Amino acid sequence: MMLSCEEISRLVSDSMDRKLPLAQRFAVWIHLIMCKFCSRYRKQLADIREIARKSSDLRQSAIKLPPEIRDRIKRNLQNSLKDLH
Amino acid sequence: MKNPETWVDEYGDQLYQFAFTRVHDSEIAADLVQETFLAGLKSKDRFEGRSSMRTWLTGILKHKIIDHLRKKNREYPVTDIELYVDTLGEFFDKSGHWKTGPAKWIANPSKLYEQQEFLEIFYQCLSGLTSRLADAFKLREIDGLSTDEICKVLSITATNLWVLLHRARMKLRGCLERNWFEKEVMKEQ
Repeated sequence: MMLSCEEISRLVSDSMDRKLPLAQRFAVWIHLIMCKFCSRYRKQLADIREIARKSSDLRQSAIKLPPEIRDRIKRNLQNSLKDLH
Repeated sequence: MKNPETWVDEYGDQLYQFAFTRVHDSEIAADLVQETFLAGLKSKDRFEGRSSMRTWLTGILKHKIIDHLRKKNREYPVTDIELYVDTLGEFFDKSGHWKTGPAKWIANPSKLYEQQEFLEIFYQCLSGLTSRLADAFKLREIDGLSTDEICKVLSITATNLWVLLHRARMKLRGCLERNWFEKEVMKEQ
């Protein structure tokens, strides 16, 4: 049974989260050999995974702690520090 | 001990950024950051210095965010409409072929995440997803939780989760291609 690109894209995504049964793995493999679009899709999902994993370690400069909130947090921490001692 | 105010100055922005990109609400993000500092104060003796302070505090924050998401999803469970109505018909025709197949991506992914411009596009694309799809994706790809763990947080089955992840990835990939990689190709020409 030949799977469509739509079905294959679903299996490619699933394969990133669980181990596919052997028959499905084989069907995907065969399709990817023949289909450059799905082959690119698989690679691009892997790229996105790598980017997402690493991106969270890096700073995003746009969002900053608003000053009022910063001051409020500091005050609350000072109060808690007193309670702790 | 070191004045906790310096903690806020040193790590406040980064923690707040991280929280805000996950919960999309400044008040909730502020609360989570405050709780993180409080928890850090209480357990600083347990911080053995194996990682950096920032990593350690971020770890505490991640747990707080997950608790928040768990509560939120219990309050507002995933509906059948969300799972079954939103299909990927924009990407595939009736016979299951790509309407527009993925283009060749020129850039090197290993270098991409270092580029601020790209990261802004990446986060913009993520914020274009519904919060349910975005939460599922981030829990999996940024926090690295397993299927089982995510299911407990979002109160969904594994099958539901895989549907959400498939959609999130398909839409995200499309957004990145339109807003970054296609433009990179044009630059080359």
